[in-house]
Amino acid sequence: MSKVIQGKIFVVDDNIDTDQIIPAEYLTLVPSKLDEYEKLGSYALIGLPDRYGKFVTPGQAKTEYPIIVAGENFGCGSSREHAPIALGASGVKAVVAQSYARIFFRNCAATGELYPWESVERLCDEFQTGQEVTIDFDQNQITNHSLNKVYVLKSLGEVRPVIDAGGIFAYARQTGMISR
Amino acid sequence: MGMTLTEKILAKAAGRSVVEPGENIWVNVDVLMTHDVCGPGTIGVFKREFGADAKVWDSEKIVLIPDHYIFTADERANRNVDILRDFAQEQSIKYFYDITDRANFKANPDYKGVCHIALAQEGHTRPGEVLFGTDSHTCNAGAFGQFATGIGNTDAGFIMGTGKLLIKVPATMRFVLNGEMPDYLLAKDLILQIIGDISVAGATYRTMEFAGEAVQRMTMEERMTLCNMAIEAGGKNGTIAPDETTYEYVRARTDKPFESFYTDSDANFYSDRTYDVSQLEPVVAKPHSPDNRALARECRDVKIDRVYIGSCTGGKTTDFINAARILKGHQVKVPTYIVPATQKVYEDLFTYKHEGQTLSEIFLNSGCIEPAAPSCAACLGGPKDTFGRMNKPEVCVSTTNRNFPGRMGEKTAQIYLASPYTAAASALTGYVTDPREFLG
Repeated sequence: MSKVIQGKIFVVDDNIDTDQIIPAEYLTLVPSKLDEYEKLGSYALIGLPDRYGKFVTPGQAKTEYPIIVAGENFGCGSSREHAPIALGASGVKAVVAQSYARIFFRNCAATGELYPWESVERLCDEFQTGQEVTIDFDQNQITNHSLNKVYVLKSLGEVRPVIDAGGIFAYARQTGMISR
Repeated sequence: MGMTLTEKILAKAAGRSVVEPGENIWVNVDVLMTHDVCGPGTIGVFKREFGADAKVWDSEKIVLIPDHYIFTADERANRNVDILRDFAQEQSIKYFYDITDRANFKANPDYKGVCHIALAQEGHTRPGEVLFGTDSHTCNAGAFGQFATGIGNTDAGFIMGTGKLLIKVPATMRFVLNGEMPDYLLAKDLILQIIGDISVAGATYRTMEFAGEAVQRMTMEERMTLCNMAIEAGGKNGTIAPDETTYEYVRARTDKPFESFYTDSDANFYSDRTYDVSQLEPVVAKPHSPDNRALARECRDVKIDRVYIGSCTGGKTTDFINAARILKGHQVKVPTYIVPATQKVYEDLFTYKHEGQTLSEIFLNSGCIEPAAPSCAACLGGPKDTFGRMNKPEVCVSTTNRNFPGRMGEKTAQIYLASPYTAAASALTGYVTDPREFLG
């Protein structure tokens, strides 16, 4: 079964920490409550410096950028699961970064909110916010249609089926690791 | 081939004799800690996945510590503490450090304050154990020779139901800190030095083990400062081998038996660095990253608007004793916030004496703002009415652990991370200041 994700990208650089992804003042929102989950999405990346522009238009619940392109150490800082959840709730399907902070990567898999792809090259200097890309899951590559170029991604490996299933609990049930 | 202390703890928790870095193993959990920010979400995951009537795996191994957003009028923040309370009652959770009277924290004897320090002070940190917490600074407890790391709500919900977690065994980076600590250096200087050397991603997925004679001579509170900031280098956990200092602290707080593990002399390290601490100088981390290191004396022209002394990293009793040592007999030039980590630390401010005066007297006489109620407070911004929160684009010297944009509130505010000595010295001049200017 071939799988692709297509859409506009939002580009950030290195060490985007969890306070920039979802500032602490919004952590009173509890992700397991549906209305508060949606609200978290509307605040995704609101802590970024202003030079990046708006990731979610104020007043909107969702972003127009389903894919984030980043540099090194994306998601560093706190263990707050609100971070991948805010991105997922805003409509992000994948992040393509050079590297990730450990807990953020783990929380992506645990929640199944989004795919944390790793790029081989540094894409955040070459790509620009608003460009159209396609991520091909079987070829492990990302195509930038504006630049008309194809770039290799590292395989998601064992993380992909977990996120495909919708997180660790769903995966564990699907594969018979836990009952019910 | 020998094993590191972290590998031995994880092997025991997995019921195996040997584990190797990179292996994925299931470990049995000794303690799961959660707080008011991530507890409600963890409980939500637990109920969704295990059922509305499900029981936690062990009501004596879960520790609930409200500490983040307590003294606020924010209704959702208050509701989140109520969710913890309801759950603690429903599940008969043995260790829940509740607060019901927010107007007067002293009227709540059970209330502790910042979770990582409360865990240690209440005897929940013990050598050889596996501790998970829904907070990245859970690595603080590695100071006690245990495995401790931060996790998200979903993993915590899984542990609540099963008492287990699947984790990858981290490789160990060893940092040997030798030499005599100069009078003007603190553990905070050492960890900022190390993070500056290896970067905020320098220990990603790995253990940072601190060893050497300078570490052996440290108090438990200084050791906690080292391990607390392992996450600021991306580390999975920080560790220090237990010794008499550890045993004395732990045995004074719990009767629970524990087992000590030590790194073998032929253990494998991912990297092995040695420092001579006598050669180091007071440092700060400049905005906006904990690895943006500079010598404090090189930042003497940076004018500041406030000083903040608090948090799990920099709000322990020792941190305030150190700040008082600099402040005594002088006047601060900028608003200086004193935020004790826990109720116990708060009490110490009024009982511990330095040269004949209590710490609180020293702070008030030097013009600091009256010590605040113990909590995480402005370390991570929080609701708009949080004590000490940066609401303007100002410059702050802080003993906390992070200075990413917006960490303490306003996203253009600038935070210089520093030791309690450097923070206090900076308060006295209104500029980032090397504490040697005030230490004879």
